Amino acid sequence: MNTQGKVTGIVSNLVTVKVEGPVAENELCFINLNGTDLLAEVIKVTGDKASVQVFESTRGLKNGDSVTFLGRMLEATLGPGLLSSVYDGLQNNLATMEGVFLKRGEYTDPLDHDVLWDFTPLAKAGDKVIAASWLGEVKEGWLPHKIMVPFSFKGEYTVKSVKPSGQYNIDTVIAVLTSDAGEDVEVTMVQRWPVKVAIGGYKEKPRPQKLMETGVRVIDTFNPIAEGGTGFIPGPFGCGKTVLQHAIAKQGEADVIVMAACGERANEVVEIFSEFPELIDPHTGRHLMERTTIICNTSNMPVAAREASVYTAMTICEYYRAMGLRCLLLADSTSRWAQALREMSNRMEELPGQDAFPVDLSSIISNFYSRAGMVVLNNGKTGAVTFIGTVSPAGGNLKEPVTESTKKAARCFYALEQSRADQKRYPAVNPIESYSKYLEYPEIARYLESVFGEGWVNKVLQAKNYIRRGREMAEQINILGDDGVPMSYHETFWKSELIDFAFLQQDAFDQIDALCPIERQKYMLDFILSICAHEFSFTDYEVCRDYFKQVINYLRQMNYTEFESGKFNEYRAQIDKLLSENGK
Amino acid sequence: MANKAYQRTYTQLQAITKATVSLKAQNVANDELATVNGKLAQVVKTKGDLVTLQVFSGTEGIPTNAEVSFRCAPPTIKVSEQLSGRFFNAYGEPIDGGPEVEGEVREIGGPSVNPYKRRQPSQLIPTGIAGIDLNNTLVSGQKIPFFADPDQPYNQVMADVALRADVDKIILGGMGLSNDDYLYFRHTFEAEGALDKIVCFINTTEEPPVERLLVPDMALTAAEYFAVDKNEKVLVLLTDMTLYADALSIVSNRMDQIPSKDSMPGSLYSDLAKIYEKAVQLPAGGSITIIAVTTLNDGDITHAIPDNTGYITEGQLFLRYDSDSGKVIVDPFRSLSRLKQLVQGKKTREDHSQVMNAGVRLYADAQNAKTKLENGFDLSDYDLRCLDYAKEYATRILSIDVNIKIDEMLDTAWELFARHFSPAETGIKQSLIDKYWKEQEA
Repeated sequence: MNTQGKVTGIVSNLVTVKVEGPVAENELCFINLNGTDLLAEVIKVTGDKASVQVFESTRGLKNGDSVTFLGRMLEATLGPGLLSSVYDGLQNNLATMEGVFLKRGEYTDPLDHDVLWDFTPLAKAGDKVIAASWLGEVKEGWLPHKIMVPFSFKGEYTVKSVKPSGQYNIDTVIAVLTSDAGEDVEVTMVQRWPVKVAIGGYKEKPRPQKLMETGVRVIDTFNPIAEGGTGFIPGPFGCGKTVLQHAIAKQGEADVIVMAACGERANEVVEIFSEFPELIDPHTGRHLMERTTIICNTSNMPVAAREASVYTAMTICEYYRAMGLRCLLLADSTSRWAQALREMSNRMEELPGQDAFPVDLSSIISNFYSRAGMVVLNNGKTGAVTFIGTVSPAGGNLKEPVTESTKKAARCFYALEQSRADQKRYPAVNPIESYSKYLEYPEIARYLESVFGEGWVNKVLQAKNYIRRGREMAEQINILGDDGVPMSYHETFWKSELIDFAFLQQDAFDQIDALCPIERQKYMLDFILSICAHEFSFTDYEVCRDYFKQVINYLRQMNYTEFESGKFNEYRAQIDKLLSENGK
Repeated sequence: MANKAYQRTYTQLQAITKATVSLKAQNVANDELATVNGKLAQVVKTKGDLVTLQVFSGTEGIPTNAEVSFRCAPPTIKVSEQLSGRFFNAYGEPIDGGPEVEGEVREIGGPSVNPYKRRQPSQLIPTGIAGIDLNNTLVSGQKIPFFADPDQPYNQVMADVALRADVDKIILGGMGLSNDDYLYFRHTFEAEGALDKIVCFINTTEEPPVERLLVPDMALTAAEYFAVDKNEKVLVLLTDMTLYADALSIVSNRMDQIPSKDSMPGSLYSDLAKIYEKAVQLPAGGSITIIAVTTLNDGDITHAIPDNTGYITEGQLFLRYDSDSGKVIVDPFRSLSRLKQLVQGKKTREDHSQVMNAGVRLYADAQNAKTKLENGFDLSDYDLRCLDYAKEYATRILSIDVNIKIDEMLDTAWELFARHFSPAETGIKQSLIDKYWKEQEA
């Protein structure tokens, strides 16, 4: 018998319920409003009063309305068919909802129960298994989707029987397991897991060791993110946060991409729906949508479900990670999630922290980031969840609680800069302030050198140094005037401009330049550094400027042409000629 | 929904603030309307049997024994074709002397469109203003505000845009509009003979600020009727959203909520998003486009209101007085239409985006030359040509009094390029130079 209750107070979507029986923190309940069930979650209990946040509008709700507690937390439904789906924050399938408007109290099934999947068994009768052990697999698109022992199972089980190869729907019992106590339990292709709890079932979580390629030069070369790593992109509006995130989603070297549109513009999500099905994954040649799940809780959808959306997205990633796949989670924007926390905390009349955010904001954020990571599964295979979140700092000021808390939790920092965006220097990632802690990991450095060749990390630091010195020179030139500084100042400044224009800047809308593979990044950086190391001799700063502008133009043309094609080599020859004409 | 015959009346208030009253009452629904001594109010909080009502017109003169009767329904509006050509106050009551509107009763502030059912905006909205059409092209289904200082002519520009835009309905939501501006809109619409496609919901500065909170929802519910039920292209004008946000902060303050940045309520982002996200391109062809005004304090866009707005809307338009040309121009650097690439070169001529970029880049070079001049450095020949170009560009393209077709704007830009620069200096693709470059007679 489920615990019952009655509504006793309402402020916006925070409802107080007098309960008659036990309730758990984070337990779900249905509030009955004239026959419509509104889903809500317990967020605080005091005596016999439970505060619940309602995932829907509470318009028309009255004191005395009845509440039924469900005895479970908010769960994600996990099984084949998650990929290429579009869900709201509570994992309702948006595509199967009727009508143009979202209806209150309408909940749709996340998975299709009629589709037949090609099942192949991986375990056999007599095998000893534990939670997350692989029992079989189906093909989801081109990905092997493992059917696992549910994560909630405790202790060791013996496989009693497994279905032979064949076509089954997700509700088919594909295995029967016997527990230590001799009880038989049936396993289907679907399992449920509470979203706010991290999925375990792996052997260990080592430090990340590999680079996750994004094809974006300023990330891969300058501030690389590791597979299983964490990063965040703060920036004021109009700095290209979304464009950068979409570029990473399109090109990221991962098996599964989950995009959580958390409190952002609906038209941006529409862009993903309309473009992704047409786009091709550069790594596999398959349609991008086949490896993508979208969790979409746009800014006008209920605030409480916004908070749930990032957890739902993370749980789906962890599920695929347990299959030995590499997942990439992109959340845009985590600030909206933090604001949802603030709205609730405010209504509960909690004592506020900085900027009225809840005092435990920092621990909530770091707890969430810690769910990412590379893991070694019990069978020795590895899987990873890489997480990149965007942050929308109020007024573009990075000294605000969400940015500061995230900075403590994430290992890569991609600072988008207003002045770079104003100058149309995209991606507007500030090359000096941004950082990747992974460059300091010896295992990552070793990996990078094995891919990019000996001395790579040093080359990157050298390039950063050119940029830093160029900025200093620019200030001097601005103060003293073009004539007031030695020629070497101009030369240093233009070397940094060269790295900026030809390497840091990248055209996300150009077919070729948008994606720059590792090989090409290495080639270009080596070439650019060799130009910077060249000893020039200029007599006049205007000559120096025109000379470098020419070199930059040829380098940019190289970026726009196919790698090592005839045209590409022609442009390179032009630069070599320029170099041979000046200095040594 | 609820039982209408039974009207509950109470006469004992427990607490009164400037914007709210509290009383003990039973069987009260969240968001329900009530009247307090005849003044309209809405339920915003219940705690046990203590109910808090937000009184839209303020609580001046309300005694503790005021008569409170509940209406058993949230705020509604009657929608039908009869709305066309009419002027209403924030409650949806006629202020033009005409009869009550008959039609279907709809709750305002209803549910949002399923994002999966939306379509990508793709129809151009031409305005004739080159600073908008050429550099910051508007698309139906877009939401975009003017960020303007209070002394700038944003309401005039907005009225121009509305009248020139090719739309079926124009719905004006005026919040804290000065009486003069209200009459300006009214006379302009009348003079242009556009009254039959206009619906206005007006709250003027003479009326209580909290009433404004109803205006956007009234306007957008009417817009949804025309866009969803009638498949029409609807343009919604909201002016001034800063005053709307101020009203939000008044209510939250009276309810003892903890303020966040700039003493705005913590829910400001969601409150604004709920309004702006009503902009939509519907699958059946109807659309709602929102053009709003957010007035700034001395150009400060880091204030919570413009800042949150910028994260929600699809770009922003800045007006600025240009001292070189003596005109008010659409600032090409700070203005942005995020959806422009959906129509540029697709619904307009192929050279659109390249011409736009070149035009703005050269204008930026002129600004650099100006800085050099101010700092006392010598100007090169290129700098001087940039300065000449900038003056003409501001007058013939950026100025808000320009009213020409997009093809003419492009032709004008090519003409300016040819007069002041060489083809290479524009950085435009060679194939377009070959086709459109206009040789100047010496």
